[in-house]
Amino acid sequence: MPEVLKAPLVVEFPFTRSLGPVQSAFLTGLRERVVLGVRTGDGRVLVPPVEYDPVTAEEIRDLVEVAPTGTVTTWAWNHAPRRGQPLDTPFAWALVRLDGADTALLHALDAPGPDAVRTGMRVRVRWAAERTGAITDIACFEPYDGDPTPPGDHTGQFEEPVTGIIAPARLDYTYSPGRAQSDYIAALSGRRTVGERCPSCRKVYVPPRGACPTCGVATSEQVEVGPRGTVTTFCIVNIKAKNLDIDVPYVYAHIALDGADLALHGRIAGIPYDEVRMGLRVEPVWTEGARYPDHYRPTGEPDADYDTYKELL
Amino acid sequence: MSAMSKEPVAVVGIGQTKHVAARRDVSIAGLVREAARRALDDAELTWADIDAVVIGKAPDFFEGVMMPELYLADALGAVGKPMLRVHTAGSVGGSTALVAAGLVAARVHGTVLTLAFEKQSESNAMWGLSLPIPFQQPLLAGAGGFFAPHVRAYMRRSGAPDTVGSLVAYKDRRNALKNPYAHLHEHDITLEKVQASPMLWDPIRYSETCPSSDGACAMVLTDRAGAARSPRPPAWMLGGAMRSEPTLFAGKDCVSPQAGKDCAADVYRQAGIADPRREIDAVEMYVPFSWYEPMWLENLGFADEGEGWKLTESGVTELDGDLPVNMSGGVLSTNPIGASGMIRFAEAALQVRGQAGEHQVDGARRVLGHAYGGGSQFFSMWLVGDEPPAT
Repeated sequence: MPEVLKAPLVVEFPFTRSLGPVQSAFLTGLRERVVLGVRTGDGRVLVPPVEYDPVTAEEIRDLVEVAPTGTVTTWAWNHAPRRGQPLDTPFAWALVRLDGADTALLHALDAPGPDAVRTGMRVRVRWAAERTGAITDIACFEPYDGDPTPPGDHTGQFEEPVTGIIAPARLDYTYSPGRAQSDYIAALSGRRTVGERCPSCRKVYVPPRGACPTCGVATSEQVEVGPRGTVTTFCIVNIKAKNLDIDVPYVYAHIALDGADLALHGRIAGIPYDEVRMGLRVEPVWTEGARYPDHYRPTGEPDADYDTYKELL
Repeated sequence: MSAMSKEPVAVVGIGQTKHVAARRDVSIAGLVREAARRALDDAELTWADIDAVVIGKAPDFFEGVMMPELYLADALGAVGKPMLRVHTAGSVGGSTALVAAGLVAARVHGTVLTLAFEKQSESNAMWGLSLPIPFQQPLLAGAGGFFAPHVRAYMRRSGAPDTVGSLVAYKDRRNALKNPYAHLHEHDITLEKVQASPMLWDPIRYSETCPSSDGACAMVLTDRAGAARSPRPPAWMLGGAMRSEPTLFAGKDCVSPQAGKDCAADVYRQAGIADPRREIDAVEMYVPFSWYEPMWLENLGFADEGEGWKLTESGVTELDGDLPVNMSGGVLSTNPIGASGMIRFAEAALQVRGQAGEHQVDGARRVLGHAYGGGSQFFSMWLVGDEPPAT
């Protein structure tokens, strides 16, 4: 049995965030070395600020400045910082209640080791040298044994406020297509298309999934299908996709390979795109080293009768 | 009817944002808040009157915020109350409303706020739907290429002339001009312009596709006691159902999926509808590509198989036709994906409340709201009326 395949899959995107008035003031404040909180209906000051009162649900906009000094309320040591974290040497993740605030802010605390960190210790903001209006404008917190810095009286009005940020996100997966798809791909390397038959409804799935979605039972009986097949339906793609190296226009088709009970998807070439039709008989065209047929081309056979493939659209 | 029959469910508040390509002036919290506030104002209720919140949106990576409902609790006054998140791809706005309605019908809660949203400008849905999965052959980007072959299959099966798709787009874009909340307001739209727009995924033209929108929609659902206090006429839920099936399986009818037929049949059974074409006055259906109007007309039982396009072609589905479809301008004019299904449900309710403004259908008493999602695998629908259900 061929080995089950796996490969890295990176999902990564630079998401944009429109900030709204409160987050806009908060992040613009950081750019100006001012930490802002918001006052709730019951007089508490929340840092970081939110737009709506967690108790009354009313809109809150009363921004108040708090001090850049504060107290650690709890923490956890990070032995092995990962890419994109605030510091590249081991540090503490800390919740810091800034002087003048009633809630704590999560950030990194730069300390020589876990023995140097304790709940209740005093810390202050270490500002980043270059600030853009982002949470990273606070480079981290650092231990501080001086007097509390009195907060200023900024109310959150700034010149050229930041109204949006880019928030890149990245997820690293190890993707495995599973046993059935791995078998399918292994057979393709020998230019054979092998599906699996459901033991219950007898339908042949290509590509196989290891289970029949209709009957809910595992499939294992392998069935070679094709290589020829019938175009059951298609569209002509006229817009170029960013991450796709195919010249437009091209034909994207559903192809029912002979012996398969549902169509797979492929590109049709070797015929002008505007001559492709439902019922066209096609065969795969392989290129050296490719995992899949590059495309399918007409066999020259007469078109299939609609009734022979109308259940396979 | 047994003594333990369901509590009737009424819609007493509806709120939408003005749907646009990008709401750069608000956060996601600010966006949902706007719709929720308008729904409460419509019902003349406060946050304290709400017993639970049910929220829906499409995949998290459409904005890149994991479980956004966690941070939206404050904005929706959900602190100290139950809050549920629903997700069924593009149909989610409909299924979210149905989950909320179920809580009222089961007498778990008296008054529920339900809301759905999408802020598409924070990401790119075509990217989100075209992740580079290892070992798979990249062939296609976005939803249009996925659905276009099904449209061609419909045209072959029904013998519909290829002009029908443009008629739907022209109608929906004109209807949108009468809806102040619609995203696209194409004042100079003509049929010729639709017909001349480029083929993106032949047979689907650019003007026959939906836009990408930022928007939210909210409704206040309540029981009989709540409806009795409503300052405006309520819409009453007469039936509601959801059905699912796999995206692809041997024997799937991609043109008219069985799950859609079953879902509609369940709604009609609950509402006592024997002949939907005659007994239902108007439809807000989920039509992201214009050809889905005739396809869903058949799937929902308004026309026999192969006959749906004739209703479109003969003007039956126009705003002043015998069975108006997508009076609001539909998904073709407004598509904040997660909210699109709830907008269909809410627009159906607006019609039977007589509150639809310039796109009101005179005398609309029973209107269907419909949504579908994924690869035609999730369906959700409700029928609302101007009178409470018979008990």
